[in-house]
Amino acid sequence: MTRTDTLPGLAPRDAQLVERLHGDLPLTDHPFAAVGAELGMDEDEVLERLHRLLAQGVLTRFGPLVQIERAGGRFVLAALEVPEARFDEVAALVNALPEVAHNYRREHAFNMWFVVAAESAALADATLARVAELTGLPVHAFPKEREYFVELRLPIPRVQAEPGSAHGPR
Amino acid sequence: MALDEFDRQLIAATQSGLPLVPRPYEAVGAMLGVSGEVVRERFARLLASGVIRRIGAVPNHYRLGYVANGMTVWDVVDARVDELGAQVGALPGVSHCYRRPRELPRWPYNLFAMLHGRSREEVEQQRFEVRALLGDASRADDVLYSSAILKKTGLRLSGD
Repeated sequence: MTRTDTLPGLAPRDAQLVERLHGDLPLTDHPFAAVGAELGMDEDEVLERLHRLLAQGVLTRFGPLVQIERAGGRFVLAALEVPEARFDEVAALVNALPEVAHNYRREHAFNMWFVVAAESAALADATLARVAELTGLPVHAFPKEREYFVELRLPIPRVQAEPGSAHGPR
Repeated sequence: MALDEFDRQLIAATQSGLPLVPRPYEAVGAMLGVSGEVVRERFARLLASGVIRRIGAVPNHYRLGYVANGMTVWDVVDARVDELGAQVGALPGVSHCYRRPRELPRWPYNLFAMLHGRSREEVEQQRFEVRALLGDASRADDVLYSSAILKKTGLRLSGD
């Protein structure tokens, strides 16, 4: 098991399931049974694997991914130049706003980059103004003008064998 | 498409996750006082209009070994940014790719492309490929590596 710690990867059947569920869950009465049938698993096995992958943090979420812009909402990327001594305090202020969907520390003079996701352009603007007011720092907003590509699909790395399985391929 | 009250309730009820039970749509319906069929029909409509991109799994790339994340930014001549942005977005390893406004003089960059790799070396290799693709059309560029995830929750609608 130590190997999986240094070389993260999924058991082959977990990887198959994650790759399949990177696509759509069927809109049927028993969707996990339908997905399982495609992969040679029964409904219980699919649900058990999903529960475990979420508990392990391999999946951050399972459910609908909302593109709020299609319903009048806005995503705005914005940056702050935060003095190092204030970094944690400012991060706490920014993160406390429910409209802040993501926030990353990056290695640059603009060292805090966050995304505001709001149901309307007015709420997005108000949130950016609130960040400026709470932190006392100028907010550098970089709203999206055009989207060329979204949705990351990286290959899911696999370990050689299922945990607990006696035979792994050489 | 404008969301009605039921759309909002449905999104609010499922935005942190779909119940992992044999009949998840029925379970969501039970929370909202409707049948599973009503839930499925509404999800189908939201998928068709693009308000919901997909219903599925969101992998934690960091846990899968993609620990290096570089936001690359490029100052691309305006006349070519749309044509080239689409090509950059199609490269493997590029996730989000957007055109955004410059903030002169400090921020001359108008094209943002997020790169992911197992190491910074892998990200630098991808960055080299993006630079080769953009050629003379890019006048300056930079990469901003992430050193900490401070928050990652995604969109949250209020439930009322």
